[in-house]
Amino acid sequence: MLGKLDWSAIPFDQPIPLIAGAVVLVGILAVLIWVVVKGHLPYLWHEWITSVDHKRIGVMYILLASVMLLRGGSDAIMMRIQQAVAYQSQGYLPPEHYNQIFSAHGTIMIFFVAMPFVIGLMNLVVPLQLGVRDVAFPTLNSVGFWLTATGALLVNLSLVIGEFARTGWLAFPPLSELSYSPGVGVDYYAWSLQISGVGTLVAGINLVTTVLKLRTKGMNYLRMPMFCWTTLASNLLIVAAFPILTATLAMLLLDRYLGFHFFTNEAGGNVMMFMNLIWAWGHPEVYILVLPAFGIFSEVVSTFSGKALFGYRSMVLATMAICIISFMVWLHHFFTMGAGPDVNAIFGIASMIIAIPTGVKIYNWLFTMYGGRIRFETPMLWSIGFMVTFIVGGLTGVLLAVPPADFMLHNSMFLVAHFHNVIIGGVLFGAFAGFEYWFPKAFGFRLDERWGKLAFWFTFLGFFITFVPLYIAGMLGMTRRMQHYDVAAWRPWMIVAAVGMAVLTIGVICQIMQIVVSIRNREALRDRTGDPWDGRSLEWATSSPPPVFNFAFDPDVRGEDAYWDLKAHAKRQSLEHEPPEYHDIEMPRNSPTGFVCAFFATIMGFALIWHIWWMVILGGLGAWATFVVFAWRDHDEYVIPADEVARIDRVSIEDRRNLVSMAGSV
Amino acid sequence: MSMTATAGRAHADPHHIGRTAEHEGPAPKRIVTAYGFWIFLLSDIVMFSCFFAAYAVLSGQTADGPKGTEIFEPRNVAIETVCLLLSSFTCGMASIAADVRNRFWFYLGMAVTCGLGLVFLIIEFREFADLVSRGYGPSRSAFLTAFFSLVGCHGLHVSAGVLWLLTMMAQVFAKGFRADVLRRMMCFALFWHALDIVWVGVFSVVYLLGSGG
Repeated sequence: MLGKLDWSAIPFDQPIPLIAGAVVLVGILAVLIWVVVKGHLPYLWHEWITSVDHKRIGVMYILLASVMLLRGGSDAIMMRIQQAVAYQSQGYLPPEHYNQIFSAHGTIMIFFVAMPFVIGLMNLVVPLQLGVRDVAFPTLNSVGFWLTATGALLVNLSLVIGEFARTGWLAFPPLSELSYSPGVGVDYYAWSLQISGVGTLVAGINLVTTVLKLRTKGMNYLRMPMFCWTTLASNLLIVAAFPILTATLAMLLLDRYLGFHFFTNEAGGNVMMFMNLIWAWGHPEVYILVLPAFGIFSEVVSTFSGKALFGYRSMVLATMAICIISFMVWLHHFFTMGAGPDVNAIFGIASMIIAIPTGVKIYNWLFTMYGGRIRFETPMLWSIGFMVTFIVGGLTGVLLAVPPADFMLHNSMFLVAHFHNVIIGGVLFGAFAGFEYWFPKAFGFRLDERWGKLAFWFTFLGFFITFVPLYIAGMLGMTRRMQHYDVAAWRPWMIVAAVGMAVLTIGVICQIMQIVVSIRNREALRDRTGDPWDGRSLEWATSSPPPVFNFAFDPDVRGEDAYWDLKAHAKRQSLEHEPPEYHDIEMPRNSPTGFVCAFFATIMGFALIWHIWWMVILGGLGAWATFVVFAWRDHDEYVIPADEVARIDRVSIEDRRNLVSMAGSV
Repeated sequence: MSMTATAGRAHADPHHIGRTAEHEGPAPKRIVTAYGFWIFLLSDIVMFSCFFAAYAVLSGQTADGPKGTEIFEPRNVAIETVCLLLSSFTCGMASIAADVRNRFWFYLGMAVTCGLGLVFLIIEFREFADLVSRGYGPSRSAFLTAFFSLVGCHGLHVSAGVLWLLTMMAQVFAKGFRADVLRRMMCFALFWHALDIVWVGVFSVVYLLGSGG
């Protein structure tokens, strides 16, 4: 009846996951009770959960990422403490638990923090930058978000019901095969990634189509803001790479569930085929994450330097070059496989070549700042911090791209330090820069600068205190994923790293404080102009937060790209023509399809993990029925009458108009 | 005003590189939907290519089990291929019927498409069942693993296509040829033809190369 599920699935003998699970459960219940008692439920349901507005979906993605960042961060704290204390002792985490923690940490940070954060920012900003009213597929967009949330939910369920994978974040076979991992951990891992992977693919298709097919009049390709270009490149990679992940995990699941022999040691299975397939997805994946971050830095650096982006066309070229070359370097993740010197040399050189377009970008940002009137506000701090940090990470990456060096450093703490250096220094700093930069656009008030700067400095310093010791430990021969060790020389560095982790934690607390303080002081921080940073692209040409239809008039773009005079021109157009004649606007109606579909996907995923076959069928039928009901509805759009458009548009028009006339006089 | 606008433009594009045709604005919904679906199909083909790659890697790994030449039945495969290619033609007829809003020919075209798809699936299912009953199931060897997965993945797509097809017919019955229904019909037709293309790959890589042996 319930497949493999029984009471032994709940780890009553392990206090840490139980307590953590209980805390999370109490937290969720408290929030739910507060929502219901305060009567916010109808509002949440109608305005957020069923929303197909790209801005709201973007905000929900970022919220999901932030919550999961806390979970993944807790895992990181536990690991750093374990390695600080587990010198010639077992520490406080038993091996099977420690292994689950590092696996969950990697899985969560990549799939449920970095991915939703960048997808959220792209969703929020790209349609605004393109000057359009919506994305290509609004309802599918909502489906994509909720499927991502389903994946996150399943990963967290594994905390209290059953276990998570103990195989590392990519579940390499043969360890992840049934004979070596008989529990449900790998199944939790694989099914949550399969479900959220569908969500990511949907988001990718949606954003590619949006950029390529939905641009406002005059928004030629070479006039698009840089963030739109990097979004395009990143989502092209999603569309091309995520199916590989889906296929690879499907093969692993077939091995586990039906006794197939893709990656087994027996009957001719080929373990290295898994490495090739998973990294053919995995390497593009890191560029999927970092390209949008590059786009954010391009926007931020040019805005806060008060200058147009230096070398716009070379930036476009560099972005698309990275997009293509990122598919030709996957083998550098396993030089030690023994593919031979020729193959290793080719992939080593390709890996070094990909550093060139990245270097071009760095110089472009530096030259953008050169001679500019730089304002050191929080988004700019994150951007400069990124440049410093990312160069170090990039250079250690070039080091690792040299096969002989890689043979020494493979799977060492040096590698761990390297990829944290590029992912934290690149993706996370980018996500934070974007968060600070576009928060006023999403909510209509700025974030508190003082707490923001504190958060930056603690995170920046904390990062180096944590990860420089890991580089050194790697050089001293320490391999990754060690539950305990006996080498005295590593110990001091592990302790320093734990101190760094504490500093990083203070950074996170500052970030939370920043949000709390800003919400409390929101009236003082209110921005009525829609353009708090003196921005350069179209998202700043509408009010903050933008109305549901984004723009009362379709912007007509005349100049090249996101330049200042383009913005001034676009604003003049919409604001100075007196009196504007408003028209009815058609918008897609909200739909619970995404939420209901994810509900059934959760049931199905859970049932698949625990082999509850009747429930699998139930979930599958439910998901199909949801789409049929959606396809059957008669009215998929509603009309906002011209009067209503006028009323909404006029609310803050004076503030916006004043700002434009001032800008015009400069 | 117009002076400054021109000056502004010249400044923004000093080399007149961007002076190609002005972008016309957002594309109509029909174009957007089809475009998005094409991208989905491309991603689906990437997924298939992984199974093709796995087949190419594992096809020699028979683990003392049967080789392709010993288990493939060219006659069945020929019938399957004819069914699927014909169904692409009838699906095309149904699409044309939908475009001219002719319900009779639409239902007929879709029904024949569905019938041919089902014949294909039945033959494939019997082939699989026969192999399993002879002890040549997917867990026999890595070769059979890759064979069952690649061919079965295509079969699953055809099954999903049949379910979609029936839903499509029911929707035309209930809602008529509405704009959104026609857009979905267009996507369905693209999907069905894409499965044909994948089958041509399966036919060539698995059965033709395999029986040459």
